[in-house]
Amino acid sequence: MSEPLLKVRDLKIGATIFPPGEKPRDIEIVHGVSFDLERGKVLGLIGESGAGKSTIGLASMAYGRGGVKLTGGEVWVNGRDILQSKLGDIRALRGAEVTYVSQSAAASFNPAKKIMEQVIEAAVEQKKFSRNEAEARARTLFAKLGLPDPDNIGDRYPHQVSGGQLQRCMTALALCPEPDLVVFDEPTTALDVTTQIDVLMAIKEAIKDTGVAALYITHDLAVVAQVSDDIMVLRMGDMVEYGSVDQIINNPQEEYTKALVSVRSIEHEEKTPNSDPVLKVDGISARYKGLTHDVLSNVSVELHPGQTLAVVGESGSGKSTLARVITGLLPPRAGEISFAGRTLSPELAGRSRDDLRELQMIYQMADTAMNPRQTVGTIIGRPLEFYFGLRGAEKRKRVIELLDEIELGEKFLDRYPAELSGGQKQRVCIARALAAKPKLIICDEVTSALDPLVADGILKLLLNLQKAEDVAYLFITHDLATVRAISDTIAVMYQGNLQRYGSKSEVLSPPFDDYTDLLLSSVPEMRLGWLESVVANRKMESAGN
Amino acid sequence: MKNIPISAQIGLFFTGIYFFMAIFAPLIAPYGVGEIVGDVWEPASSSYLLGTDNIGRDLLSRMIYGGRTTIFIATAGTLLSFVIGSILGFFAAVVGGWADQLLSRFVDLIMSIPTLIFALVVLSVMPVTIPILIVVMGLLDSTRVYRLARAVAVDISVMEYVEAARLRGEKTGWIIFREILPNALSPLIAEMGLRFIFMVLFVSTLSFLGLGVQPPEADWGGIVKENKEGIVYGIPAALIPAFAIATLAISVNLVADWVLNRTTSLKGGRG
Repeated sequence: MSEPLLKVRDLKIGATIFPPGEKPRDIEIVHGVSFDLERGKVLGLIGESGAGKSTIGLASMAYGRGGVKLTGGEVWVNGRDILQSKLGDIRALRGAEVTYVSQSAAASFNPAKKIMEQVIEAAVEQKKFSRNEAEARARTLFAKLGLPDPDNIGDRYPHQVSGGQLQRCMTALALCPEPDLVVFDEPTTALDVTTQIDVLMAIKEAIKDTGVAALYITHDLAVVAQVSDDIMVLRMGDMVEYGSVDQIINNPQEEYTKALVSVRSIEHEEKTPNSDPVLKVDGISARYKGLTHDVLSNVSVELHPGQTLAVVGESGSGKSTLARVITGLLPPRAGEISFAGRTLSPELAGRSRDDLRELQMIYQMADTAMNPRQTVGTIIGRPLEFYFGLRGAEKRKRVIELLDEIELGEKFLDRYPAELSGGQKQRVCIARALAAKPKLIICDEVTSALDPLVADGILKLLLNLQKAEDVAYLFITHDLATVRAISDTIAVMYQGNLQRYGSKSEVLSPPFDDYTDLLLSSVPEMRLGWLESVVANRKMESAGN
Repeated sequence: MKNIPISAQIGLFFTGIYFFMAIFAPLIAPYGVGEIVGDVWEPASSSYLLGTDNIGRDLLSRMIYGGRTTIFIATAGTLLSFVIGSILGFFAAVVGGWADQLLSRFVDLIMSIPTLIFALVVLSVMPVTIPILIVVMGLLDSTRVYRLARAVAVDISVMEYVEAARLRGEKTGWIIFREILPNALSPLIAEMGLRFIFMVLFVSTLSFLGLGVQPPEADWGGIVKENKEGIVYGIPAALIPAFAIATLAISVNLVADWVLNRTTSLKGGRG
């Protein structure tokens, strides 16, 4: 057997942290990971945030991001240990033999330069091709990746193409210098499910056609199962399990892998409408200042006490706008909202304190939803003080009760948001909403920024709280697995219109309209060959394309 | 104390000395502020550590009393400018709309007139007393603070925690003081150090031009003015206040730098 293209042996990666008020100290973030990658094969690296997967990916280009240092082990590319190479040799390697595709193409492209210039830059710089050859190759790659108008798309600026297209341009950029190895770092995580499929398919075909090897980094096991040959599961810088896709998906050995494979298995009995709706949205149309078209047109939905209405759709479908209209941040142009039997004033300023109290909101990014200069106790305590006039010991007691309800406990009382993990932050936001004793909580993509296992925990918590407090949720999400897990009623939105609306069983059973079908089929499934079967059966393209 | 970096320790030490001398001036100064004790421009000696000034007053005593006046005016002016500037700036950012336009365009208008000329015009028609000096300088400088405070607060006021506070029904006052102020503090404090020094320079300039602190009261700009002829004869008396201004400027900024570092640390700014 020939030497593998990439051979990693006992790779150790460390970083220096600077805790305030203490001496800086070194920590190890990857503890000795080893793997091989043959030419033309794809290895999936999977794990939660903090598992060290991106760090390992970048180490295969001998690069440590920020203060990260490659402290030990060997990384062999094409038969030489690049950790021992001189900087000049590493420079010759990067962008020629090994290239990189990052998560956010929008943030990685220079907005002031045309796409073509950036796509061919490395190939020309490394003298792999002449300018004309590189441009010709880029156009071939654009065509291969299914980009519209491949001959001219390179003349556009990055903001003139959609997110999914830009991500494919970035793949073209990585493939242009004919590398031996491409590192894909969460290339589809920032995309809608419907767009993700196109990009995944394009990446998969491109890998097959060009015969490069790839490291595919993601936190989504279902996605990685579609593109890789082998999978390595990582956790906290340690290898948990390493095997073929087939073995990992169908016959996982380790507990942690089993948990990842069976994630999103929450079962939730659909409840039927039992009394008068708590929220009734009637014929709402809305547009933002300066726009000439409606972002929402004639949307009507109902939500019953203690139940969950899931609003699904891809980005730009108007689902978050609906939340803004209901909360009063964006007064609608037409239509009426009634809440708990009262008609809500369209403007925030016209609403009573009870209206505000009974309608709470939880945000996608828990980081920005909490004031970083307030302790958890202050954050949760403020609604108690504001709405119920609780003070001192009484307030403290209630805050601790709430902390217990969200399964955190008293010891979190004096912590600052920066000292919490992503899932804990989201829990604190939930407690803040609950503190107001609301009838309705609007959950805006509350789990999309979280790792799958953590997200699962949050969903379970939300369901338990719903049972205990009889609160209704308006759940905005693009993730159909979440919808299946928690909803009673589903509203599918597409470009500002209500595409399909009804109880969960109605909406999720055939016959489907084309868009719902696309949306449903786009959710990655944990089985091999899913990607191909979906692409073969599609009826329409996503709006983001 | 052991976590304070060496530069900040130096800064704190000298700033402390200056403020200490300013506060306890009557106890420290060997002679009275207007007391004529010797000949004109006597060189430094054991009885007059820095020599005497243009009419024979003890220069060290003048410096100590002068520092008191200068530091007091600069501190009060800076505080005034920060209170007015940051409250108005936060208000403009939070309320937005026409209130923001009105305030911002008014501030632009004031800023389009050179500050020194504006101050000279105002002070030439007003009686020059210390309170008036402070108010004029504070108001003029608050335009700069307003600009910074508004820019910082505009970024913060679109954060979701501010939106959450609005949705909760909080009043503008709470949003300004509880949600925005703590998060805007570090750039403001850094600016405060800088602004304090500009205030020292400003009041010294005014005194040098004769429209600041009036004799026989001493201040550093005034001491330069009184002794400037001495430079021709090689008398260093005019350079001593200049040296004092420079060292005060550097030490205050060393402290401000440290405070800035501390409040922007990752731990939510408790330090």
